[in-house]
Amino acid sequence: MDITRRRLLILLPAAAVAWKYVQAGTPEAAPNYKMTEHWWAMLMDIPKCIGCGSCVRACAEENDVPEGYYRTWIERYHVDDWKIERPEVESPNGGKQGFPPNEIGGKNFFVPKLCNHCAESPCTQVCPVGATFVTPDGVVLVDKSYCLGCRYCVQACPYGCRFINPKTNTAEKCTLCYHRITKGLTTACCEVCPTGARQLADLKNPKDPIHEFLRTHTVQVLKPHMATGAKVFYNGMDGSVR
Amino acid sequence: MAIAVVAFVVLRAAVVPRSFGQYGHYRGDAIAEIAARPVAFAGHDTCEACHTDVVEQKKQGKHVVVPCEACHGAQAKHADDPASVKPAKLDTAVVCARCHEANSAKPKDFPQVATADHSGGLACDTCHQPHRPKIETAAETKRAKEGKK
Amino acid sequence: MYPNEVELQWSVLIVLYPFITGLVAGAFILASLERVFRVDAVKPTYRLALLTALAFLLVAPLPLQLHLGHPERSLEMYLTPHRSSAMAMFGFVYLWYLMAVLLLQIWLDYRRDIVVKSQTTTGVTRLIYRVLTLGSSNISERSLHIDERLGYFITVIGIPSAFLLHGYVGFIFGSVKANPWWSSPLMPIVFIFSAMVSGIAAVMLLYMVTTRLRGKEIDIRCLDAIAQYLFYVFVIDFSLEMLDLLQRIYEADESFRSLDFMVHTRLWVSQVIIQILLGTVTPILLLGLTQVVSLTGTIRKRIYTLAGCLTVIGIFAMRWNVVIGGQLFSKSFLGYTTYKMAFATREGLLTAIALMLLPFPILWVLVKLLPPWPDAGSVPASGATPARGTS
Repeated sequence: MDITRRRLLILLPAAAVAWKYVQAGTPEAAPNYKMTEHWWAMLMDIPKCIGCGSCVRACAEENDVPEGYYRTWIERYHVDDWKIERPEVESPNGGKQGFPPNEIGGKNFFVPKLCNHCAESPCTQVCPVGATFVTPDGVVLVDKSYCLGCRYCVQACPYGCRFINPKTNTAEKCTLCYHRITKGLTTACCEVCPTGARQLADLKNPKDPIHEFLRTHTVQVLKPHMATGAKVFYNGMDGSVR
Repeated sequence: MAIAVVAFVVLRAAVVPRSFGQYGHYRGDAIAEIAARPVAFAGHDTCEACHTDVVEQKKQGKHVVVPCEACHGAQAKHADDPASVKPAKLDTAVVCARCHEANSAKPKDFPQVATADHSGGLACDTCHQPHRPKIETAAETKRAKEGKK
Repeated sequence: MYPNEVELQWSVLIVLYPFITGLVAGAFILASLERVFRVDAVKPTYRLALLTALAFLLVAPLPLQLHLGHPERSLEMYLTPHRSSAMAMFGFVYLWYLMAVLLLQIWLDYRRDIVVKSQTTTGVTRLIYRVLTLGSSNISERSLHIDERLGYFITVIGIPSAFLLHGYVGFIFGSVKANPWWSSPLMPIVFIFSAMVSGIAAVMLLYMVTTRLRGKEIDIRCLDAIAQYLFYVFVIDFSLEMLDLLQRIYEADESFRSLDFMVHTRLWVSQVIIQILLGTVTPILLLGLTQVVSLTGTIRKRIYTLAGCLTVIGIFAMRWNVVIGGQLFSKSFLGYTTYKMAFATREGLLTAIALMLLPFPILWVLVKLLPPWPDAGSVPASGATPARGTS
């Protein structure tokens, strides 16, 4: 068709608008969510955890977690006196239905666990194809349409938080409820925790209470000697926790 | 040899997903795909927007910190369509025990009982109102009500 | 036990894989003994070793493919390899070794025979040989000399490539810091040496079996040389494994109690009895015996057969203990699980047995196509000593 001046006046702005869409690429989760403004972490307050299992159940429901596999779970510890290197630990069905009542002495407590969304994640390091990765906002995710199911990442995780979903035959794990946190909600596990033992935190947000909390409390991460850059912080965690 | 290299490059351009490498060594589209998953838990802010009466009740007791869906389960479907999707009635014997059944690993200052001894088999809501669980005398209730006015 | 750890991730197929690539690397090293180090005594096994390596290398990717959750996506490893992943980089190491080293080596060594056969056979066979010539039918003295030089050069590159092939598998395990049974800088070295042991033993056994099947006389001098090298490499391999063990016991770090208990209970039979006692100490003693005591040829052959079989079983047990053993204990060091091997499933015992047997028909085809025998049936390569006669 002939390029008249008139046609061009119509075409050019249209092209400019279209080009903007092309450049925008994939639309982001929510219109005003910018990945680079966030650096997600989580805070676990051990003295507050009552082992009710609400988090495990909520996660399973929110994320369709298959039975027998766990994106998050709770462990109950029993430490006898000074035997800090030999705790007795149990996790019946991951703590999903809570824990059976018991009456024993010594030191007992609950430890909820999940993917630590490591900043220097060993699982993403070993993935042969780039199916698991750390997002710009600090969440470790799995692209289940790209995953080969080689299981190398499951081997490489020091925390045992990964598994292979038997339905999709791909690796799976806690996504920090990415589909929720990008919409301004909190994770399912934090949402239902009745005591506030689990709290989502955004390390890039200067107003997030975690900064004050980290300054004023004794916190640890799991397996610091692995140098994974774990971002789940445990307040009041005993030295016997594995 | 050269043919093999060219063929490989062409194959690669054709098969590797377009968004691969957008943010790093992975398929950039995966992020949006994962974020697009529908939500099952509405979040207590959503519940509180409509159920203001319950909010008032909870404010008077210790359960003010307990999120709605901790007991009521995932209610996003109900929040989207309150008229047709109704939350199921809860069995307090099961729901309350999950938190309040005595266990040596629970924090000592957390209210917990051995339910068999405590209620002799009665359902918890026989005596306790779940949104405002403390059992008060009539005088205390009156005082609390007057205090609120 | 972390709740997700109950199920084992890597099955018997992943035990098979390092075993097979180990045989490949070992067979190639044996072949290179003749080519590069001019150990004439092992010449009768030269071509057989190369064909054995090829037969096993072709089967090697199969256990991996069968194990994957999505084998149809496996091309992604070549299209978008993650450079920090040892597994991804290994895909290229494998490809390099197969194409640039092994296939090229075999082609160059057999080229003269292929050309001759393409001119003397008929029908479909002739077509096959014509394709194999890859268009080159020049077998002049000069051209064959170039083949010889190139072959030498490729073998020289091939030796580190063979080490890389199997050392990389060791690195895939050894670099996993999350698993203390695997995580060790010694792992690639131990893998390489045990690969050499298994490969040399396998070729030795194959040579004995095929020579018998062909009704020919076994070259005892050749066997003696192979057995000697097997002995030396075995001693090094054993020393390395004992060093690892002793250091672990002495240092007794966080993981030691858990691993020690595992070895004493779940791995007792496969590690202490089969791998160490039957699969390493016994063959070393047997081979050592032949080195110091003068025995008749018949007895020596029997000892070599027994030692060879025990060795191959022992090295398989070693792979089992590394792969399966590394998954039987919890990363919390507080618990163990069991490996429930299925039988007739994709990753079951039946599949493993089938994959272990598959290289043999492939080898049979290769041997028919490219006879490796130094005596009647093939034309000796240029520069080689005259073919050993039959008795």
